[in-house]
Amino acid sequence: MDIWFSQMDTDNVKTSVRVDKQLFSGQSEYQRIDVFQSQEFGKMIVLDGEIIFSEADEFIYNEMVVHVPMAVHPHVKKVLIIGGGDGGVARTCIEYPEIEAIDVVEPDEMFIQVSREYFPETAQGFDDPRVKITNADGLRFLRNRRNEYDLIINDSTDPFGHTEGLFTKEFYGSCYRALKEDGIMVYQHGSPFYDEDEIAFRSMHRKVYRSFPISRVYQASIPTCPAGYWMFGFASKKYHPLADFDPQRWNQRGIRTWYYTTNLHMGAFMLPKYVEDLLEEEEDKI
Amino acid sequence: MSLNDQKSAPIYEALERFRRRRVVPFDVPGHKRGRGNPELAALLGEKCVSLDVNSMKPLDNLSHPVSVIRRAEELTAEAFGAAHAFLMVNGTTSSVQSMILSVCKAGDKIILPRNIHKSVINALVLCGAEPVYVEAKVNPRIGIALGVEVEEMRRVMDAHPDAKAVFINNPTYYGICSDLRTITRMAHERGMKVLADEAHGTHLYFGENLPVSGMAAGVDLAAVSMHKSGGSLTQSSILLCGPDMDAEYVRQIINLTQTTSASYLLLSSLDISRRNLALRGKESFAKVVRMAEYARNEINEIGGYYAYGKDLVDGDSVYDYDVTKLSVYTQGIGLTGIEVYDILRDEYDIQIEFGDIGNILAYISIGDRIQDIERLVGALEDIGRSYEKDSNTLYCGDFIQPEVVRTPQEAFYAEKKQVPIREAAGAICAELVMCYPPGIPILTPGERITEEIIEYILYAKEKGCSLQGTQDPSVQLLNVIV
Repeated sequence: MDIWFSQMDTDNVKTSVRVDKQLFSGQSEYQRIDVFQSQEFGKMIVLDGEIIFSEADEFIYNEMVVHVPMAVHPHVKKVLIIGGGDGGVARTCIEYPEIEAIDVVEPDEMFIQVSREYFPETAQGFDDPRVKITNADGLRFLRNRRNEYDLIINDSTDPFGHTEGLFTKEFYGSCYRALKEDGIMVYQHGSPFYDEDEIAFRSMHRKVYRSFPISRVYQASIPTCPAGYWMFGFASKKYHPLADFDPQRWNQRGIRTWYYTTNLHMGAFMLPKYVEDLLEEEEDKI
Repeated sequence: MSLNDQKSAPIYEALERFRRRRVVPFDVPGHKRGRGNPELAALLGEKCVSLDVNSMKPLDNLSHPVSVIRRAEELTAEAFGAAHAFLMVNGTTSSVQSMILSVCKAGDKIILPRNIHKSVINALVLCGAEPVYVEAKVNPRIGIALGVEVEEMRRVMDAHPDAKAVFINNPTYYGICSDLRTITRMAHERGMKVLADEAHGTHLYFGENLPVSGMAAGVDLAAVSMHKSGGSLTQSSILLCGPDMDAEYVRQIINLTQTTSASYLLLSSLDISRRNLALRGKESFAKVVRMAEYARNEINEIGGYYAYGKDLVDGDSVYDYDVTKLSVYTQGIGLTGIEVYDILRDEYDIQIEFGDIGNILAYISIGDRIQDIERLVGALEDIGRSYEKDSNTLYCGDFIQPEVVRTPQEAFYAEKKQVPIREAAGAICAELVMCYPPGIPILTPGERITEEIIEYILYAKEKGCSLQGTQDPSVQLLNVIV
């Protein structure tokens, strides 16, 4: 048996993973959901043909979207996770005792059910009493919310699929309003390498840069992402990701990690020249 | 309507048979299934260009249909409840003009409201008929023209018993319907034909709990923009005939101006869309109504905006409202509709149908998804927060009843000169001026120009409306009769 799953990174490049077997396939109201068992990446969840999550590399992603803002913002009490149907980000958040409430807003109920069934360890994040799941559209949920959250994490990855609305000016504007006066928004910034992704990458930075006083981009190396290279956005009303970064305070917590360190925190914001150039070009357009 | 018959799509099926025969083309079009124009084939796709073919025996001929096109027209008539249907390929503009040319000739009177599409005025320029305007009231809060009141229509009909026809929007661009049944009965009692502009009303024929369609109300001719709510390709349209029209005469009128090289891409899109509507239209439009009503409620929750709906209905000037429409009054947040329209496109990558001085219209159709509605609502909320201004400084849109001095044809062909717009007051206009969209004329040939109208045009221009129709592309000069 020789079964391969291929993710089309572009029309001309694909990432292929040998698959042991398919564990689930279904079509929800929003997307096609597949779960594969693979040798190299363990179990993988695939949404509309793109790997969203694999057992082998999910830690990178979850640690980078949670620990980076948590090492900057001194007192996070209320967190909103948009998307996040797999529970991985919520699970990383519950390691912080000072967080009092975590809202997870995921429109796709089937995605949550599939995650609970096939990734129970990750989805256990949902079982913490501080976590509240709402099945709703992210934009809808944010409407009319003001001054409520310390941290918003946009856990949606695809600026072209059903989560397209979560990469728009109206979304960033809604997040700005829903954040407290010193709130931080962290979001998926895609990959800048391939031409098609570069366009989305540029447009995202342009929009956020205009919506928030502080807008920086940081990076991580994630094997199942296109080109193995993934970016995150750090948008903030008050705290700068490096100037207000407090490594000592974070290290005192003793949280166990596999990717994030306080040294890596600083390095993650040091970007390759071509990425810096892309970002600066967009900033100059304003 | 027999659902079994409606399952067939004769033009589409003929094209499929034709494609499989792999006929060698020594006829037009010269791109020869796209081979002669590879960039075009790459853009549109090989399948698409290979179906861009000429009329021929197996595919029938739109100018004189005898086989598959005739059958498709019969099925269309049946689906729409008409005595006859014409597939149209020169836009609904051509359907509207064919309606008027079929019932009016030079010197004939036609009764119509002033908020008609420019194609109507252009038809009057072509045929020389004389417009008799029936007043359409303006809603003072939102500044849009409403429907025609029955008593006002009766007054105008009695004053002009020699009028040949009555022309009615069903609905208007904004979704407003007049009492079409009563108006039709009154017109028929006086021997007048009734023409319905249903450019925004395809769905009335298939959805449930929507305003009455032209054919159901008994009108004689109806122009239906299938490419709007019906899902066919841009520029395709349908002209429907009631039982008292001579369909073959109407065909002659259509052939006066219609192309003899009808596009099979357009024709097949009409054929397939008609099948879709007949088989699935009811559910599709129920979904559209749900989405539009949801959006209306959400937008009204934001505050500042007014997304109007059935609440406008007063049984007369708004006899009924088409709830598939999503029209929103924006001046409550201190912005004109055209400003919101521009901001949505430039800042939020959202393209809506149009913005005028006071309103925007977002077109909701069978192709929409709820997540896109959320984006629109989210963007409107964000605009409200980021751009809100004092609303007192805005011009309150008002409808300007024109003084018709000459017929459109006389004025259009009269000796004329260009004068600066500021100096045009008092003169008789010799051309058409409108904002596009929506394409409803502000001035038509033959009307007296007033200070009020000039102010309105300059205000619309300043606010960013695209003004069109004049010989001077920048609309600084107006053509007036010497």
